[in-house]
Amino acid sequence: MELLSGGEMVVRALRDQGVKYIYGYPGGALLHVYDAIFRQDEVEHILVRHEQAATHMADAYARATGKAGVALVTSGPGATNAVTGIATAYMDSIPMVVITGQVPSHLIGEDAFQETDMIGISRPIVKHNFSVRHAEDIPEIIRKAFHIAETGRPGPVVIDIPKDMTNPTDRFPYVFPKHVKLRSYNPVTKGHSGQIKKAFDLLMSAKRPVIYAGGGVIMGEASEELTELAQALNYPVTNTLMGLGGYPGTDRQFVGMLGMHGSYEANMVMHHSDLILAIGARFDDRITNGVDKFCPTAKIIHIDVDPASISKTIRADVPIVGPAKAVLEEMLQLLKSSNKLPDAEAVKTWWAQIDEWRQRHGGRFRTDDSEKMKPQQVIEMLSKVTGGDAYICSDVGQHQMFAAQYYKFNKPNRWINSGGLGTMGFGLPAAMGVKMNFPDADVACVTGEGSIQMNIQELSTCSQYNIPVKIICLNNGSLGMVRQWQDMNYESRHSQSYMNSLPDFIKLAEAYGHVGIKVDKYSDLEAAMVKAFAMKDRLVFMDITVDPHEHVYPMQVPRGSMRDMWLSKTERT
Amino acid sequence: MRHIISVLLENEPGALSRVVGLFSQRNFNIESLTVAPTDDETLSRLTVTTVGDDRVVEQITKQLNKLIDVVKVVDLTEGEHIERELMMIKFKASGAFRAEVKRTADIFRGQIIDITPNTYTVQLVGSSAKLDAFIEALGTGSIMEVVRSGVSGIARGEKVLSL
Ligand SMILES: Cc1cc2nc3c(=O)[nH]c(=O)nc-3n(C[C@H](O)[C@H](O)[C@H](O)COP(=O)(O)OP(=O)(O)OC[C@H]3O[C@@H](n4cnc5c(N)ncnc54)[C@H](O)[C@@H]3O)c2cc1C
Ligand SMILES: Cc1ncc(C[n+]2csc(CCOP(=O)(O)OP(=O)(O)O)c2C)c(N)n1
Ligand SMILES: [Mg+2]
Repeated sequence: MELLSGGEMVVRALRDQGVKYIYGYPGGALLHVYDAIFRQDEVEHILVRHEQAATHMADAYARATGKAGVALVTSGPGATNAVTGIATAYMDSIPMVVITGQVPSHLIGEDAFQETDMIGISRPIVKHNFSVRHAEDIPEIIRKAFHIAETGRPGPVVIDIPKDMTNPTDRFPYVFPKHVKLRSYNPVTKGHSGQIKKAFDLLMSAKRPVIYAGGGVIMGEASEELTELAQALNYPVTNTLMGLGGYPGTDRQFVGMLGMHGSYEANMVMHHSDLILAIGARFDDRITNGVDKFCPTAKIIHIDVDPASISKTIRADVPIVGPAKAVLEEMLQLLKSSNKLPDAEAVKTWWAQIDEWRQRHGGRFRTDDSEKMKPQQVIEMLSKVTGGDAYICSDVGQHQMFAAQYYKFNKPNRWINSGGLGTMGFGLPAAMGVKMNFPDADVACVTGEGSIQMNIQELSTCSQYNIPVKIICLNNGSLGMVRQWQDMNYESRHSQSYMNSLPDFIKLAEAYGHVGIKVDKYSDLEAAMVKAFAMKDRLVFMDITVDPHEHVYPMQVPRGSMRDMWLSKTERT
Repeated sequence: MRHIISVLLENEPGALSRVVGLFSQRNFNIESLTVAPTDDETLSRLTVTTVGDDRVVEQITKQLNKLIDVVKVVDLTEGEHIERELMMIKFKASGAFRAEVKRTADIFRGQIIDITPNTYTVQLVGSSAKLDAFIEALGTGSIMEVVRSGVSGIARGEKVLSL
């Protein structure tokens, strides 16, 4: 049997796990591991410019592929820089393995140089964490970490490795376990058939049904089953921000995103429904608005792989614990074998009502007389130029909501954004993580002049590894989302929400060796964007000046019901 | 309502902090907490008493179950069960009050486990309510120190919490 040091085992086990890229940044506690990385060429290490970016790259790889990404950061400041990225993945249930260096075992607890208690710091934002106590356990711990991260409700796992565990002179037999078993961790693999039957009967008798599908459909690879079921039933479908692409965005049955910035019709459908089929969605407060006023006439069927998501904020009438894919397959089976049919007459009336809502407000924005370009127009153009088939990696703010509303996602895993934590700075590294793994695909980072500056240093990483993403910066010269709230709730007192002394983004991009394109007029937009995407092997930074006064609508009225919305600066439901 | 939740936990370093952290992270209340090894050396048993409505307690058990180091969780208050807590209580006891402490301890089936000319230390085992009643019966004026172990519990009858 081959003898390896702990440092070598880390790299070998990652290889045996099928990992192609590690995103990371070296430091003292990891030097043995970095030496092991140097001495092989099967796993490639990507050197970022800030550890937060490494975690977002790993995270976005997972969002695009469903497999856990890997980040490697040193102890102390390296580990704490990774915290935002770990929390981002945790909030959105994204599988990721983060390996953190640690001071040597005998120094732990002594306030040693670059010591932080990463097990303690990460505890509330991980699915699990491991501290390595015996070097020979490394392969098994890595195998377990991936197993935990990727199964059940996915999530990030941290492995903290004291430096002495990777010592090159201590060598141990290397075995990579084929299977792992954890007696206290057995995620469900199918739903309870009795509950599924009960849900099915409810579904068949609904008069005003709606399917509300979230991120669990994307991560649970259930969008095909969802689409088949929804179309067989002819029921309307709405997606959460995390679920976009889980159901085809251009399909007639899709009523748009729901929630705080959801479409008028999606929120109306939810509010007036008599049955909600929730799939892999967690009734987040950005969805429900005032919980006491939530969907007063609806019964709720809730499918979720995590029992703790069910009846957490809104009580489910029929809870089904299980993976969306397996449960939906079973429902489809029932539909095929049963003689029950949906109430077509009632559903037709329901659609007539929905179509009327659509006509009334169908997610339109108004171009006013000013010549200013609307951010929505930019997203529509992006959709047109990329044929609706790009990976769109977003930052956080108004631009994120416009992208969610106006880019029509027809496939899962194409919309990559931080929903639960809302991490500004996510977009660029996310786009990089996706582009490296899908070199032939169009990958765009939709961002704002605020967000992009939170990880702008990664333009350097992009030069080093030639990562030709397209940056679509909706430059409104302000922290637009904050400004919107100040307009609406603080009589337009714009406290600290403007961006003074912005850099010349074009020159900045060029300084890093990239291409910059500035667009001020809508009439120039299409040609510029076509040109940007035609430069397949260049990173292009598009700095696009948009109307700083635009707001995101609809916007739910705080603590109201789902149907209480502002539809423009002057209209309310 | 008050609930007694028993947890079998991997006997691993850091496992306890995950449980305690969960309670503070999610704003769950802890009235008492005990933890000790079991006959199986790979497992610890933890008992936590908490107060919350049904929705909260349901979340507590679900969230506990999600912790990888948690092997099993049971809400003892859902069934017939026995709860016990141990208390050691030290009184300033002189004159007539000495006899009263002794008498009350006898009524509560407590034992006097330490004596000095001016103090009595009583040991009492029972439900938390019984311990409270004992304190109330003697008044708080002469109490010098109270040490309570926190609640442990076990289901009645055939039911067991094990692997
Ligand atoms: C500025 C801003 C504005 C926002 N506005 C909105 C808005 O208007 N509308 C909106 O929807 N969101 C909005 N969000 C996002 C919001 O904060 C939440 O992140 C989002 O609503 C949660 O989506 P979800 O319910 O799909 O859950 P996710 O966070 O995606 O969770 C997935 C759920 O599915 C479960 N699951 C995982 N895998 C499976 C599986 N295989 N089978 C079954 N279940 C599974 C998980 O247990 C979990 O319960 C906004 C965010 C920001 C930053
Ligand atoms: C790291 C971080 N800090 C603060 C916030 C709060 N926040 C949410 S949106 C926003 C403004 C974003 O500005 P910009 O990137 O320019 O996007 P815009 O809203 O203008 O489109 C801020 C500050 C956040 N989400 N993340
Ligand atoms: Mg902005």
